[in-house]
Amino acid sequence: MTQPSLLQRPTLDKPFAGPDAPEEKDLYTCVHCGLCLTSCPTYLETGLETESPRGRIALMRAVYEGRLPLSPQVVRHWDLCLACRACEAACPSAVPYGRLIERTRAQVRRRLQRPLRLRLAEAVVFDHLLPFPSRLRTGMGLLRLYQRMGVQGVVRAVRLLRPFPTLASMDSLMPRLPDHFFTARGQVYTPRGTPRGRVALLSGCVMPLVHAPTMRACVRVLTHNGFEVVVPREQVCCGALHIHAGRLDGGRALARQNINAFLGCQPDAIIVASAGCGSAMKEYAHLLKDDPAYADKAHAFSQMVRDIHEFLVALPFTPPQAPLNITVTYQDPCHLAHAQRITQAPRRILQSIPGVRLVEMHNPSRCCGAAGSYQILQREMAERLGQAKLEDALSTGAQVLATANPGCALQLEAGARKRGLPLRVAYVIDLLDEAYRREASAPG
Amino acid sequence: MQAPSALAHALRRIVGEKYVLTTPEALLVYAYDGSVDRSLPGLVVLPGSAEETVQVVRTVREAGWPLVPRGAGTGLSGGAVPLQGAVVLSLARLNRILEIDPDNMRAVVEPGVANLDISKAVQPYGLYYAPDPSSQKACTIGGNIAENAGGPHCLAYGVTTNHVLGLEVVLANGSRVWLGGKLQEEGGYDLRGIVIGSEGMLAVVTKIVVRLLPLPEAVKTLLAVFREIDQASSAVSAIIASGMVPSALEMLDRLTIEAVEPAVHAGYPKEAGAVLLVEVDGLREAVEVQGAQVEAICREMGAVEVRSAENPQERERLWAGRKGALGALGRLAPNYLLLDGVVPRTRIVEALRRIRAISEYYRLPIANVFHAGDGNLHPCILFDERDADQLRRAKEAGGAILKMCVELGGALSGEHGVGLEKQEYMPLYFTPEDLQAMAKLPQAFGSADFLNPGKVFPQGKVPTAFRPTTRLPADAII
Repeated sequence: MTQPSLLQRPTLDKPFAGPDAPEEKDLYTCVHCGLCLTSCPTYLETGLETESPRGRIALMRAVYEGRLPLSPQVVRHWDLCLACRACEAACPSAVPYGRLIERTRAQVRRRLQRPLRLRLAEAVVFDHLLPFPSRLRTGMGLLRLYQRMGVQGVVRAVRLLRPFPTLASMDSLMPRLPDHFFTARGQVYTPRGTPRGRVALLSGCVMPLVHAPTMRACVRVLTHNGFEVVVPREQVCCGALHIHAGRLDGGRALARQNINAFLGCQPDAIIVASAGCGSAMKEYAHLLKDDPAYADKAHAFSQMVRDIHEFLVALPFTPPQAPLNITVTYQDPCHLAHAQRITQAPRRILQSIPGVRLVEMHNPSRCCGAAGSYQILQREMAERLGQAKLEDALSTGAQVLATANPGCALQLEAGARKRGLPLRVAYVIDLLDEAYRREASAPG
Repeated sequence: MQAPSALAHALRRIVGEKYVLTTPEALLVYAYDGSVDRSLPGLVVLPGSAEETVQVVRTVREAGWPLVPRGAGTGLSGGAVPLQGAVVLSLARLNRILEIDPDNMRAVVEPGVANLDISKAVQPYGLYYAPDPSSQKACTIGGNIAENAGGPHCLAYGVTTNHVLGLEVVLANGSRVWLGGKLQEEGGYDLRGIVIGSEGMLAVVTKIVVRLLPLPEAVKTLLAVFREIDQASSAVSAIIASGMVPSALEMLDRLTIEAVEPAVHAGYPKEAGAVLLVEVDGLREAVEVQGAQVEAICREMGAVEVRSAENPQERERLWAGRKGALGALGRLAPNYLLLDGVVPRTRIVEALRRIRAISEYYRLPIANVFHAGDGNLHPCILFDERDADQLRRAKEAGGAILKMCVELGGALSGEHGVGLEKQEYMPLYFTPEDLQAMAKLPQAFGSADFLNPGKVFPQGKVPTAFRPTTRLPADAII
């Protein structure tokens, strides 16, 4: 059973190659100290080294060096990674794990034939849907019709989707869609009071459709604080989902479009309300560093990207006057807490609202299991983590579970809906906006 | 020896399909721990309870395979690296806190609980678990027991053995017994004390009664910045000579500071030759007085700056640099060889001077980050193992440092254990008679050649950690 070649000199082909291979210097930064283990949700759930960041890096190295063949058995362990990057925040050697797993996934896509069903589904989503806001809008419009005409209810009642678990889980995640989507059409919103500057807002792909009211809340919060808000028309999906799935070239194409769209309107800052998008956009500089035409522009772009909470707290924003009188607990989205290292800003905003009692939950920065497409592709682990998160939230006695990322919001809403929990899931910005609006409508 | 497939089959019947690992990719990730050595296990088994652990131990024993218990695999001396294709027994799933008894200030925990999680769980009762290895976020209490782990705060509070009241262990023959118990003193032989620090060679621990301490009323952390490392060393001696026992007294040298700052932004000034991190705790009034005293001594010894952290966030930030130092050194070179030698506190200045000379002689940078208060050095030799000559020099430099520690009246290991790393150096410190006496223990426990074989005692090889690699090519890094 012992296979000495696993530790010995390379005997196999080295399958990682090309510009998007994991970089050697990144792979060798890990000194296998193990300090990442207890930050990793999948390690904590399974207790298995194979499902830990250190183990996954060891497997990357073994494949990279040609000691271990690239096989579906190895890939399974990388697939179970949420790419939540909690390990990155815990790592004292500053191993860029997020970059390593993205590039490893890119290599896997290149070298291993995935099942046809999966490839087709991916091609539809990544090549034909996500890059086109209008098609997404049409698709979601049809889904809204499906909900409004009662078809969804029938489908769910007769469990029509049971033979198609992926579709079924997508259906169960889908909240009631809003009556009006938020559409980027180059509109400009005028600031209230003395203008303080001009910002451009990312609308994104999923968020302006399923959480359109939150996008409007972002606009109101920014204008309330004296900013002119532009929503560039030519903008597209940020590419984070592509990048996480190892489709780096698809991500780069979207990044270039966004760079053109946003730099064109010369904003003081580019504001992002979704943690996952903000993190990807702050990393455009690295993504396009080898593209001579875009490297400098990407760098300038990334410098201008601000998470909306980060931006507001740095201003500082005008504290709301009207009280909300609710108990809130906040869950840190991974791409805000670990990738962007922003943990205090959303809490400061919540604490600034009169009457909001912020109660911390156990492990607020542990991944909720959403992790982009993970919640559809790795349903079992996603469910386990989602339930654990809801339990932690419930035990604080909070009425509102606040977050800052569409993936988390969808996952947690779906979980709460399924169990009929008395827990409202809201964005931090929704709550700030509510307080501002209550203030405006208050007499005197 | 039973065929591996038959053993795997038998173990699966005990722990379930999912928790016996035999695939190449799984074996590969259990071949290492936090140290430089690696060796593949025959298979990996993860029991889910003490009862299952008993059955696993019996089954593996009957099948004629050696067995290596493993916690989180953060150890630095190769304690969890399986030799002879041993079965790795991971206790990661035994991770429950079974009982908290705040009135008697103790808790019963399973071995897979992370060290820091104990303190977190008992914090609401105003209590904590004192030993705090730098890897405390990840390392398990079971592993701490195997290595008799220390930590920065062991200067005032003592090491693991001072904080463990009792152990439930599975012996090599599969019987489950208690060594010690819930009381401070029980009479009879202190077998608990023998198992603590036995590096997984005597028994498999399945339950632990830990002693808890009340959280101090006040804590003050001071950071003293020195231009020269000798000044910092003199300050250490002066602080101890003044009669104080700070709860922690840590030193970081220039090279470590360079590595730590960009990684954790702990606020250590980059131009410093050395910093001392001093913590005093206790009653509020005493802490104030001692803090002022420490500051005065440091200034007298030439500190250019003394900062103090008053609130938990500031304190955590100052400590983040110390706790993350080792990992941060990974930024400076692809590999490091971390030593754990001890010298008498009064010889620190001389020891550091000799380490500098060794560094120059072998042309390798050596960083120093260590428990200055008890003379427990952690010289960290930076190298790139893909360069065979650097690897050779690193290992020779390591040997030279350990010899130096013993010459200065010190010892080989303060808290990381002997494992594979230092076994061939044992005769430097212990006489053949000493070692023979020690070797009787595995015989007495019936665990010789079964539990974690091939560790601690010299095997007559070139020192494992310091020999030119024969088992591994220089480019095999996992």
